[in-house]
Amino acid sequence: MVETGCFCTFSTCQGATPVRVYCAVYARGLRRYSTYRAATAAGVFTNSVFGAINAMVLLALFAARPEINGYDATDAVTQVYVAQALLAPIAVMGPALDLSDRIRTGAVGNDLLRPVPLMGWWLAQDMGRATFDFAFRSVPTFAIGALLFSLVLPGDPLRWVLTLVSFALAVVVGFAFRYLYSVVGFWLMDTRAVWAVMGPAGPVLAGMLLPLTLFPAGVADVLRLLPWASMVQIPAEILLGKDTLPGGSVFGGLLLQAAWPAALLALGAWATGRATRKVVIQGG
Amino acid sequence: MADTLSPENPEAPEAPRTSNPLRAAGRALRTYVLLAWTWCRAVAQYPMALSLFTFGLALSSLAEMGAVVVVFGHAGTLAGFTVYEGLLVYALAALAFGTADFLMGSVDRLGDHIRTGSFDTMLVRPVPPLVQLATHQFSPRRLGKLVPALAALVFALVACDIDWTLGRVLMLPVLLVSGAAVCSSVWVLAGCLQFFVADAREAANSVTYGGQALTEYPIAIYGRGLVRSVTFVVPLAFVSWQPALYLLDRPDPTGLPEALRFLGPLVAVVLALAAALVWRFGLRHYRSTGS
Repeated sequence: MVETGCFCTFSTCQGATPVRVYCAVYARGLRRYSTYRAATAAGVFTNSVFGAINAMVLLALFAARPEINGYDATDAVTQVYVAQALLAPIAVMGPALDLSDRIRTGAVGNDLLRPVPLMGWWLAQDMGRATFDFAFRSVPTFAIGALLFSLVLPGDPLRWVLTLVSFALAVVVGFAFRYLYSVVGFWLMDTRAVWAVMGPAGPVLAGMLLPLTLFPAGVADVLRLLPWASMVQIPAEILLGKDTLPGGSVFGGLLLQAAWPAALLALGAWATGRATRKVVIQGG
Repeated sequence: MADTLSPENPEAPEAPRTSNPLRAAGRALRTYVLLAWTWCRAVAQYPMALSLFTFGLALSSLAEMGAVVVVFGHAGTLAGFTVYEGLLVYALAALAFGTADFLMGSVDRLGDHIRTGSFDTMLVRPVPPLVQLATHQFSPRRLGKLVPALAALVFALVACDIDWTLGRVLMLPVLLVSGAAVCSSVWVLAGCLQFFVADAREAANSVTYGGQALTEYPIAIYGRGLVRSVTFVVPLAFVSWQPALYLLDRPDPTGLPEALRFLGPLVAVVLALAAALVWRFGLRHYRSTGS
């Protein structure tokens, strides 16, 4: 599916500036995912159902205790729907990047011939996918949540802008994790086992299974600083305007959210460099 | 597809037929075990991968269990259930869904098999297609879900204040089996949806995995409307809620009759029959994609 898109992009873009290549790859990624309409609708349905179940559990909990570590029922339910809305774009529970399969089959050899670095190519493609998922999975899921439950919907437009920036950074963190899991394949061949072990940690550490706020305060503060929290917990707290954010403000949260993808992508670039110099690619 | 079946015997995939349904069921069961064992031996060739997958599943089970403990830890009691009683509800649900996933989990891949055409291959083999589908890529890694659930159940049964009459001792295995049967039937029913909507896998997950998420907590917390619909429409209440009420000898806080808690086995049989009928209906309406 993606090959046809990629190769025609490649042939038309020879000699083009990298920026134009990235834009073309981004657009192809967006278009590729827009073809799976039934699956998108099914995804929205599933996210909404899981959101409703989680929300009802938390509502029962907050009915017994109206306030826990600064969260009330509405805050918690809002975070549940932020998590369900972001589930598809950040892909914290998969699917893995197609890069994993291409490394296993050796098709990554083609990717390495492209006029832009491997990581940039996949980042552009995945951002295209995430943009589609945001528009057609996140927005409808959150809207359904807002219809079913009362959510925190700030009136200040600046807060929404900051929240969108935070969501975008969350998506880059999600990509960085998946890219690292894929690149491990240069050494391990099959990365499904990496997902099997690292996968379950994602939703827990991100604050998707339960808001991290419900953990003891000291534990929650440490977990907020880890990169997983930047995928759900920090964006949710930015939307809610909580002072439990690192640095005590929205900007502290955004700074942390920007620092993690920078660090993880640097690690990814370093690993890619080592892999392409040292590893013999699977022959076909 | 049709031309691979001989015209005088359109039921070829399910042949040879015997007049004795018990013997047919016995043969299906034997084939199931044989095929499952074949897949087990295949995955055992990669012991490292198998142990990592099993470990990963056990980790996510522990995380879910941890979430239940954290929620009950904050709330004290939910719907009158203490943390140990809540753990009992969780364990009953996780064990039933874990068993269903272990035995029938591969059924939700039906859409993939239809899309790639491998379902056609299953239809021409002399083994019931449901058995082939359920055993496809059968993996002992799913024990990673079952073992923690079983451990939680044993712990909760010891920690809860249960009046162990002879009736309860005898009923416990019956309730566990019927809970697993209800979940397996739900799994097959959700899988059958893909005969009609090939991309429905994720929507089916909202019934299968969603059902598990729903029944992990005492369902009275969801309010009367939902309790009634998961009692009388999709009978998930018989997976963990009614068995827990029976074991703990509690009146139903939502006011439904107490006799319901004894209906688990009956519900399981009816739902299994419904799943079998829907499966046959779907199979008869199946048209190959031709790929």
